[in-house]
Amino acid sequence: MVNLILIFIAASVVNNVLLSQFLGLCSFLGVSRKIDTSIGMGGAVIFVITIASLVASLLSKFVLIPLGFDYLNTIVFILVIAALVQIVEMFLKRYIPSLYKALGVFLPLITTNCAVLGVALKNVSNGYSIIQSVVCGFGTGVGYMIAIVILAGIREKTEYNDIPGPFKGSAMTLITSALMSIAFMGFAGVI
Amino acid sequence: MTPDSATERLYNGIVKENPVFIQLLGICPTLAVTTSAINGIGMGLSSTVVLTLSNIIISLLRKVIPDRVRMPAFIVVVASFVTLVDFLMHGFMNSLYQQLGIYIPLIVVNCIILGRAESYASKHGIVSSMFDGLGMGLGFTLSLLFIGGVREILGSGAFLGFQILPLAADGKIGYTPISIFVLAPGAFFILALLVVIMNVVRANAEKKGKPLPPAQNSCLADNGAIQESNDPKVKQAVENIKAKSAAREGGK
Repeated sequence: MVNLILIFIAASVVNNVLLSQFLGLCSFLGVSRKIDTSIGMGGAVIFVITIASLVASLLSKFVLIPLGFDYLNTIVFILVIAALVQIVEMFLKRYIPSLYKALGVFLPLITTNCAVLGVALKNVSNGYSIIQSVVCGFGTGVGYMIAIVILAGIREKTEYNDIPGPFKGSAMTLITSALMSIAFMGFAGVI
Repeated sequence: MTPDSATERLYNGIVKENPVFIQLLGICPTLAVTTSAINGIGMGLSSTVVLTLSNIIISLLRKVIPDRVRMPAFIVVVASFVTLVDFLMHGFMNSLYQQLGIYIPLIVVNCIILGRAESYASKHGIVSSMFDGLGMGLGFTLSLLFIGGVREILGSGAFLGFQILPLAADGKIGYTPISIFVLAPGAFFILALLVVIMNVVRANAEKKGKPLPPAQNSCLADNGAIQESNDPKVKQAVENIKAKSAAREGGK
């Protein structure tokens, strides 16, 4: 249990997927204008990464490793993740329309998100068990949500600030992320 | 230079449509591995190999692959070459492999590679596709070398592992490394600076009447990918969110 809590904290804040690993930056910069949208995106990422780490670790444990195909990890995972996002989208649309309404639009944006593939590969290379992989995936998703919601909050506050011309827009967002990243470095001592 | 000739493609990839400086693509690996110039070169060259080989294969198969399943087909081709490069690096360059770690398999999701497959290799012949991949890859490598070099010099006073600025130690006068530049925040600062410089260059080029090719990375280019998206579902969601926040503002 303590082990699982440690994995969760390490994945969510200490090795934050956006601010120290640089995975999934595109959506981080693109969908962080409003807190509402960023919460939706964060929820969708938590959902997809958790399911993807479960499926990827099941596949690797029961199919790829017993058959000696574990060198095909990268190819199998990327295809499985792309298919999985499609299936999850169809499933939610059919059976849980309320959740689909909240997360649906963000799901296509996640297919190409390198954070999902990154977590699946990291789980395998760290030799995590299935439970540990799911916890690591969930923690990574939570870390993504924390970072994107904070950035959206800052951007809402600073939207109408007077910023010198060339710094307007994405440059200022990147500087904000740099300052957030410095703050998150403080978590390095937690574990 | 004639269009689609070898030299034109190389020039196009390295200078005219440089993937990092002009198109702002491949930002994740650019930020993650450029802690030193040597890591930048390693990442750049492995991407170049993947890009060139996958461009050749995709150009060969461009008449065979049905249009509807082209994306999964491209991904399989790219992923096969990434696995190949992964094993070669593990076998022959183990120390670099350990440094780059998870970012080697993540070359699969580098948007430069799929972007070139979709926009160039699937429409042109083998030779020009090969040189297109080579040019883009070398452009990527040189940009990573440049960014990695700047970060390494500022962050540790060294370049390619050689100490070029004498360090201030034992009471001697010298350079005090700004170690934040080799850590994660430094990557964001350097990229922010790069975007600022490119904004100025772009504005100047437009004033002269010779505008640069547009940045492809919608997140960094117009800073509002979701607002500009053409996907009807995304548009609908944006409308919903706008209506909701308008209602909330009105209620206050």
